[in-house]
Amino acid sequence: MKWKFKSYSVLPGFGLTMGCTVVWLSLMVLIPLSALFLRASGLTAEELWKTVTDPRIVASYRLTFGAALVAAMINAVFGFIVAWTLVRYDFPFKRLIDAFVDLPFALPTAVSGIALTAIYSKNGWIGQYLEPLGIKVAFTPLGITVALTFIGLPFVVRTLEPALHDLEKDTEEAAAILGANRWQTFWRVILPALLPSLLTGFALSFARAIGEFGSVVFISGNMPMKTEITSLLIITKLEQYDTTGATAIACVMLLASFVLLGAVNSVQWYISHRSRGGS
Amino acid sequence: MSLTPASAITASDTSTNAAVPHQETVPVAVQKNHSRSAVQSIKTSTNEPAWIRILLIAVTIGFLSLFLFIPLAAVFTEALRKGWGTCLASFRDPAAWSAIKLTLIAAGIAVPLNMVFGLVASWAIARFEFSGKSLLITLIDLPFAISPVVSGLIFVLLFGSSGWFGPWLAKHDLQIIFAVPGIILVTIFITFPFVARELIPLMQEQGSEEEQAAISLGAGGWQTFWRVTLPNVRWGLMYGVILCNARAMGEFGAVSVVSGHIRGRTNTVPLHVEVLYNEYNFVAAFSVASLLAVLALVTLAMKTLVEIRLERQMAEAQATSSTHST
Repeated sequence: MKWKFKSYSVLPGFGLTMGCTVVWLSLMVLIPLSALFLRASGLTAEELWKTVTDPRIVASYRLTFGAALVAAMINAVFGFIVAWTLVRYDFPFKRLIDAFVDLPFALPTAVSGIALTAIYSKNGWIGQYLEPLGIKVAFTPLGITVALTFIGLPFVVRTLEPALHDLEKDTEEAAAILGANRWQTFWRVILPALLPSLLTGFALSFARAIGEFGSVVFISGNMPMKTEITSLLIITKLEQYDTTGATAIACVMLLASFVLLGAVNSVQWYISHRSRGGS
Repeated sequence: MSLTPASAITASDTSTNAAVPHQETVPVAVQKNHSRSAVQSIKTSTNEPAWIRILLIAVTIGFLSLFLFIPLAAVFTEALRKGWGTCLASFRDPAAWSAIKLTLIAAGIAVPLNMVFGLVASWAIARFEFSGKSLLITLIDLPFAISPVVSGLIFVLLFGSSGWFGPWLAKHDLQIIFAVPGIILVTIFITFPFVARELIPLMQEQGSEEEQAAISLGAGGWQTFWRVTLPNVRWGLMYGVILCNARAMGEFGAVSVVSGHIRGRTNTVPLHVEVLYNEYNFVAAFSVASLLAVLALVTLAMKTLVEIRLERQMAEAQATSSTHST
């Protein structure tokens, strides 16, 4: 209590910094964002419903959410393996490989989009081997999933790595002493402890994939009803000067990402409370 | 440390136990037993068999190669498909130069603004207790939750011809959407949280004792900030700025909505890549893209260096705080 009081009185600049923060935040983020909600609230419910349930748009939700979900699941499984090997094992160039995990954050999405399209097109490095097998990746939903896997890759690895570091080896040793084999220890001791971080990474990767645009437009081919993602439809509506329609779709997407991030926050809350209760 | 069976286990397992602080806690039981087979069985049951380890490392390298290294290599290979001459020729195009210039302008305005905002906001949030703090942090993080295309749309709704300020802007002959100011605005919006979200947790962890000491020794607020706070957070600040810059220069979706794709005027580098690609000018598209890929590699390298510094700083801070407490 005393420390808090000191911090109040001694350090200067609270009014100034707080004022600047709130003003700049309002100007740059809150007022622009409220424009979206005010515009959406101006729509009648009927109009809104008709726009967001148009068959072409519903097809895009199915594709966007489906591909994002599959990509997030791929990332959950392989991201777990990547995080596990990077934290627990030693092998050459580990630090370098670890640094490269963040490549999807650093590489502009347009670049990853054209690169993936080049690889998976008919004559591409990988596409040429898949083509004879009858597997088409570029310009199909499979290609969209590949691009979304790329984009979401760092999330699971980066949320699991600190959790794996914090995992104390002695619980595993205790499990071993009590007679568990390695497989049992993994399923009953390690996995439950890592599950919240794994879920957080999964949800973050899923949320990012839903909104992704740059890396997908190139590999998707953008065929109506087949390979059109929701973000692209917002742009199509804008190009037709249908701002109302664009706003309605944007609200659906915003809602989806807020729900997901709400889920992430409750998982985080659960983690912090559990660890506080445990110690 | 004496070489008891317990520490022998941990010593032979340094690769897996390096991060574990409580090495001697559990195997004490083993030490009492002096049973070799028990030691052996614990060793095998807290570690995976060699073939599983090799398999997992192979899966890791395979997965990362497929999704990271091959795409990266493809950018450079495609750019150099027709030799260095053709690759470099794509930079002689005036449209490429104006795209590079516009990207530098947008990042040059957005990054410093967000840097100053990050410092100001983290001073207010990490140095004072007030109610509604977590709400404020959530609001600062908001732009991360909004998809790029929706972010662009927001600014069209504000400044576009049918937007809030549209008629007013038209009357005064000002243009924001499909012009440079719109690109700068969305870039600021998209990269808004980067610096603040790096600095806030760092400054909260460091605590305000040093600043309090400076103030009570008679330093002014500015002096304290420049001489105490800024040197303490410099690596965290660098980290945020690097990430912010990478995103500002590479943003595609949001900028694409507000730019209008006017060649030579409102195309940033990523948009220029798109235009070239859609014109089937693949070598030029990948040449310009390889510039962005180099930027990404530089970003990763600098980020790793700063991370090493940050880790060292954290370790030092922990060491000094533990000597203080004893």
